[in-house]
Order: sequence, then structure tokens, then C-alpha cells
Amino acid sequence: MIEKTAQNWGEIIDAVYRTESRRVLATLIRLLGDFDIAEEALHDAFRAALEQWPRDGVPDNPRAWLVSAGRFKAIDAIRRNARFDALDDVPEQTDPSTEDGIALDTENVEDDQLRLIFTCCHPALAPDAQVALTLREICGLTTEEIAHAFLIAPTTIAQRIVRAKAKIRDARIPYQVPSRAELPDRLDSVLRVIYLVFNEGYSASAGTSLTRHDLSAEAIRLGRLLMELLPEPEVIGLLALMLLHESRRAARTSPAGEVILLDDQDRSRWNRDQISEGTALVERALSSGLAGPYSIQAAISAVHANARQAAETDWTEIVGLYDVLMRTDPSPVIELNRAVAVAMRDGPSAGIVLIDAILDRGDLADYRLAHAARAELCRRLGRNADARASFQQALGLTRQETERRFIERRLAELPK
Amino acid sequence: MKYLCLICADPSAMMEFMSPADSEKHFNEYRQFTETIRKNGQYLACNRLLPPASAITVRVRNGNVSTTDGPFAETKEQLGGYYLIEARDQDDAIRIGSGIPGARFGCVEIRPVAEDIETLEALGLAAAQS
Repeated sequence: MIEKTAQNWGEIIDAVYRTESRRVLATLIRLLGDFDIAEEALHDAFRAALEQWPRDGVPDNPRAWLVSAGRFKAIDAIRRNARFDALDDVPEQTDPSTEDGIALDTENVEDDQLRLIFTCCHPALAPDAQVALTLREICGLTTEEIAHAFLIAPTTIAQRIVRAKAKIRDARIPYQVPSRAELPDRLDSVLRVIYLVFNEGYSASAGTSLTRHDLSAEAIRLGRLLMELLPEPEVIGLLALMLLHESRRAARTSPAGEVILLDDQDRSRWNRDQISEGTALVERALSSGLAGPYSIQAAISAVHANARQAAETDWTEIVGLYDVLMRTDPSPVIELNRAVAVAMRDGPSAGIVLIDAILDRGDLADYRLAHAARAELCRRLGRNADARASFQQALGLTRQETERRFIERRLAELPK
Repeated sequence: MKYLCLICADPSAMMEFMSPADSEKHFNEYRQFTETIRKNGQYLACNRLLPPASAITVRVRNGNVSTTDGPFAETKEQLGGYYLIEARDQDDAIRIGSGIPGARFGCVEIRPVAEDIETLEALGLAAAQS
């Protein structure tokens, strides 16, 4: 047997931390009934592992060991602090077999992870609190990492997390997987959080985007975890959608960080592995017959992803999918996207008519992409004055640097 | 755990302004709902309030009592009644609260009742708890 050095042990325990810490935390929250106490317990458990494992060896079931160690330390700490009233707060053990750390079968642990996901994304919490809590508790990001990714002060993120935990405690948001009847609504909330995290990373510009890109990876990881635990059609659809969007990352900005539109992207730079995985998932989600908005959007993305050249895009199929989307999840933004697809199928004029109808109704007047799309279609028809006016409206509404440069470039290219 | 369900609605949508047939139907829905939660042991108290036009707001500043006409906040949705319920947790409270007939017209704000020892003692409720 190879003698392990202290450094080896540090690495071994680090590796266990990476793979197990979130699962152990999820179970400790159930056992201890409090996020803060559970987090403290988690750290105590790993501290104990660092002391004992080099002496006694790695236990057969490190996860069970860590859970019992954490639980024991937490209860011990509560007793030692002589907070007798707090003893009542430690929930009575619902499952006595956990006394020996045995009730850690796969199902239980998976349920704990789902409990944690549904609690962090509970609709009683504000959306930005859901996001912060999810990244902190489920993904294990530090407050600083979250703050950096969202370009927000760490104190703000810390405050959101503290408030969210207080609300979970005070309003007694339960640590449980919602019932079948409540699941669709509650799952929506979880999917929204994951997609929000993804988009935050995806819409980031190049250059400063390194850490923000991690958010997309984190969202895809969350999507995979959720699919493993709860393979509902829309969970599969969302993962597909994220993978298909992500497959175009390398092609969607130039080395200088300029936006490259779908039509102009070098499709050889699209990630084929992500496309085939995403496409297979779309098929799986659609075959359930219960496909919702995420699955259909993923299907649209798959049509693009599987066209070797922009000119080969099956726009009829895409318009058809937007029609389905308009029936299940109507919104002016979907209507706008449909209008652009119609323009691609039937020519720019047909698209302009549809976009003008949306704008005339008063919808999307402040939505920069509505004006940008209109401008682009006018440009293709040679209606340069109309194109210029719409580009200028879009420019006034954009707050993103790369987008601003893109529109300015388009404006400069317009014939006088 | 106790939760207070505050039933809010646009004052023009309140009982007083309904047609006799509608208000009778609405009263019946409340009768059924209240009976159900009573049977389930979730009922603690409830009341319907008269419209906000009947409200008066009292403030005491520097020992002086001042009263103003109407509710303290001129918002679109106004408190029209409440239920105090016993629920297992927030999800349970949402489940019960969503059954309140008024939730279909206006909205129901669900607030946990503070049950810390200081509050209970200050309100003379501590003995009842133990």
C-alpha cells in the first residue's frame, strides 16, 4: 500500500468534496431542518474527515459517513451552546434508520436533492433570490463567484441569500418535493431559474465573458442533474434547448467580440457533440406528446442546428413550430420570432407586415430586437430610410456594448 | 403554524356592488369553503370587512391623535376580509388560501403569524400555546 502524504489526503478529500458535498448538504438540511446549521455541519464533517480519514482510511460509504458526522456535530454544537430552546428546532427524526446513517439509499438522497432544488426555486422567493440560492446551495458557488458572474456586489448577493433563508425559515417553506398536482407549476419555477442562469451566461459578451460563460455551464449541469432526478418532458426539452444554444457559442462572436448573426456564422465551428445530444433529447421530449414551450423552442433550435448552411434551413418547419408555440405559450416575443421566420419563408415584406402589426398594437415598442428585426428586413428590401429609422430606435434601446457596436456597424453600412 | 390570509380586491368588485344573485352565489361559496376548512381543522377565525370607504385611519404623533378618512394606502386592491388558518407549512397555506373564493376575483396575501416567545408573551398568548 502506498503511504499517502498529507497533500494526497487533501486532494482525496477535495475530490470527495466536489462530488459529494451538495448531496451531503441536501440530506443534512432535511435532517437538521435549517440551511445555516446544515452548512456549518457540512464544514464540520469535512474538517472531521481531514482529521480521521488519514488515520482510519476512507470509509466504505463516504457520503453516509459525512452525513452522520455532520449531523452528530450539529446536534452536539446545539447542546454545547446550551440553546435549550433551539433543541426543539431540531426536527424529530422522521426516519429512525438514519440514526446509523443507513437511510441514505439512492432514492432518499435523490429526493433530498430534489427537495433542495424545489425549495431554492420556491415561488414564494423573489426570482433573483431563487437564482442566488440555487447557485449557492445546489451548485456550491461561493457568494463572490455568484456576484462576479452577475456583476453585482458580493454584499448584495449575500443579503439576498440571507433574506431567502430567513423567509424559508419564517414562512416555513417546506423541504419537500411537490405533489403531482402541484408539480407542473412548481417545475416551471425551477426551469425558469435554470434558463435564467443559462441566459445570463449566454448573452454575455466576449472579453469579459469568461466567468459569465461558467454560468451557462452551471445551468447545463443543473439541467442534467434535474433530468437525472426528474425526467419530465420539459426538463428534457430545456436541457436540449441549452445544449443547442451552447453548441453555437464559438461561432456567435468574432475574435474581437463582435456579434455574428445566425446566417453569417461559420457552421463548421458549431459543436457537433452538443448538437447531436441536443437533437436526440428534443426527439425524446417531443415523443412524449407532452412537449411544452422549452421542448418546442429546442425543436426550432434543432432545425437550425441541423442545417449545414443557412440557405438549407427548413423555414416551413420553423414557422410550423412557432405556430405550435403560439398556441401553447403565446407572447409578443414569440410572435416576433414567428414573423422573422415567415419573412425567411415568404420574403421580407410578409415579415414586415407582421412586425408592424405587433408594433401598431403597442406591444414590444421598447423591445430593441423588434426594431432591429424590422430594420434588417427593410434593409433587405432596399427601404433604407425605414431601415435607418428602425436601427436608430433599436440603438436607443440597447444597453449591451456588443449589440450597440453591431447596430452602429449596420447603420454605417446602409447606403446614404 | 398560523397564517393570515388577507383577501384583497378592487373595491368595486366587493360584495356590496354585486347583483343580488351574484352576491348570494358568492356568499354560498364562502359558506362552503369555510365549512370545509372548519371540518379539516384548518379554521381559526375569519371576518368580512365593510368596503374601504367605511375606513378611518388613526395615527398618533407626539401624543396627538389624528384621523384621516379612508384606508391608509390608496391602492387599487383593498382588504376585504381575512381568514386566520392553521396550516402545516407554506405550501399547505397556499393550498388552503387558493381555495378562498375571493382569490378568483382579487388576490389573497398569505402571511405567517409571528409565534416567537416575545410576541406571544407581549400579546398575552403565551399560556394558550403551551
